[in-house]
Amino acid sequence: MTTKSIASNVYDWMDERLGLSELAAFARKKTVPVHAQTFWYYWGGITLFLFTLQCFTGVLLLVYYRPGVDAYESVRQITFVMHFGWLIRSAHAWAANLMIFAILVHMFSVFFMKAYRKPREFGWLSGMALLGLAACFGFSGYLLPMDELSYFATKVGLQIPAAIPGVGPAVANLLRGGPDVSEFTVQRFFALHVVVLPALFIPLLAFHLWLVQRHGNAVPESEEAKPLAERKTMPFMPNFLRKDIAMWIISLNVLALLASVFPWALGKQYDALAPAPMGIHPEWYFMSPFEMLKLLGFVFSGKLAETGEIAGILLFTLGIVLWILIPFYDKTKESGQRAQLAHYFGLLAVFALLATTVIGYWTIR
Amino acid sequence: MKETAMSETAISPNIVAEHGENGDTKTRRAFLVAAGAAGVCYAGALAYPVYRYLASPSEMALSAAAVTEVTLKDAQKLPEGSVLMFKFGPSPAMLIHHTDNSWVALTAVCTHLGCTVQYEPQMDRIHCACHGGVYNPYTGANVSGPPPRPLKLFKIAVNDTGVEVSRT
Repeated sequence: MTTKSIASNVYDWMDERLGLSELAAFARKKTVPVHAQTFWYYWGGITLFLFTLQCFTGVLLLVYYRPGVDAYESVRQITFVMHFGWLIRSAHAWAANLMIFAILVHMFSVFFMKAYRKPREFGWLSGMALLGLAACFGFSGYLLPMDELSYFATKVGLQIPAAIPGVGPAVANLLRGGPDVSEFTVQRFFALHVVVLPALFIPLLAFHLWLVQRHGNAVPESEEAKPLAERKTMPFMPNFLRKDIAMWIISLNVLALLASVFPWALGKQYDALAPAPMGIHPEWYFMSPFEMLKLLGFVFSGKLAETGEIAGILLFTLGIVLWILIPFYDKTKESGQRAQLAHYFGLLAVFALLATTVIGYWTIR
Repeated sequence: MKETAMSETAISPNIVAEHGENGDTKTRRAFLVAAGAAGVCYAGALAYPVYRYLASPSEMALSAAAVTEVTLKDAQKLPEGSVLMFKFGPSPAMLIHHTDNSWVALTAVCTHLGCTVQYEPQMDRIHCACHGGVYNPYTGANVSGPPPRPLKLFKIAVNDTGVEVSRT
């Protein structure tokens, strides 16, 4: 028997039991639209790739990380004692940031291509939930080294749920595991970060990807206007996949460069009695909401300040709810003026995010 | 690989005319080899730090194994008929003060499957609870049960401040 005939026998054996040829036929049938905006189709794949990198580097960190009282010491060991530990940790931190960035690019490209419209509402909703979970990943992961910055970032961040009228303080205490950030907080954030959040994220991600398979890529309105015969496509296998992989290799190279040239720092161990370090500020992806809250705090000064904070949180929440519900406002390509308004809403969101982020960085003391 | 090379030369006779069939196949092969080598280098560059990272503790243990001498402070006060467990480099070892006032130090790792053995003064033996191996507590010789080799003895020097144990 030649190698070839053995291989085909093995394939037949597997095929009979697993239906491989159906999968192959399905993969052959799948196509991706080709037009001026095709570039934006890669960003979901880039996010997916960065997520798998996060799982991989995360498991590597898990090999030496110890939550609780030992948290800082174990991160110090990873960074300074274990060979290449600094690189693994740096890659995990940088890939987290790149992943949030890729998600935002993916989200805005979907928004402006109006890819949330019928029948892709669930794709949009699951995507928004994934973004929310990614933010929770970022927030919980930031505490795990238990250095000065983690300590104060978590302290300040938990003031937001604490400001919810009525249940706020109880919710914040539950998240913190007490009235102040401590080893109990890092222990439960660890449980969130490595068990609860992945358990929610991975099935939701599978659902999101299944929807993409089911409905295919949405095309922008300019393409939709063309008759079917004039629209260009490329087969997913192997043409698009090949380009996808090229994008992943580019992402990996960018990550390797950032992680090794700008290794992620480890601050001093947290000290509940030490003052907050100068120039402390939220991560860039949390800068905008914090700045919006701060600005609203200025508008309502004095006695109204507390009202201002609550009003700020309400306004921000309202904005997010409207953003999430956009597929039910701008439903189809026949939605006329609503499409225009949704577009302006998107521009406003981009402008508000960029402006508050710039102001935030400008006013760091 | 040969097949694709041949079919390509078949579709593009111009190239064949210019470079000759042999030269074309050679360039193609050289390109594939170079691409493959680059791929292997890339994968290696990713795998090397990961391997070194995961291997860190075993590298540390290896440097600990280079230890040739351990000083056990105040161990000279060990009463007769009792044992002191200590670490010689990365692995457990035992210091026995026998009732005849003789001193013995040996590794405490069973030569069968690596369990830590224990000294049993009332039975006058070293016993491994995992599979019932028995050793002589004076010489380390394997007496009964599955152990294939004796426990290794260390050199001993007892003085006023402690006991010095060293590799023979």
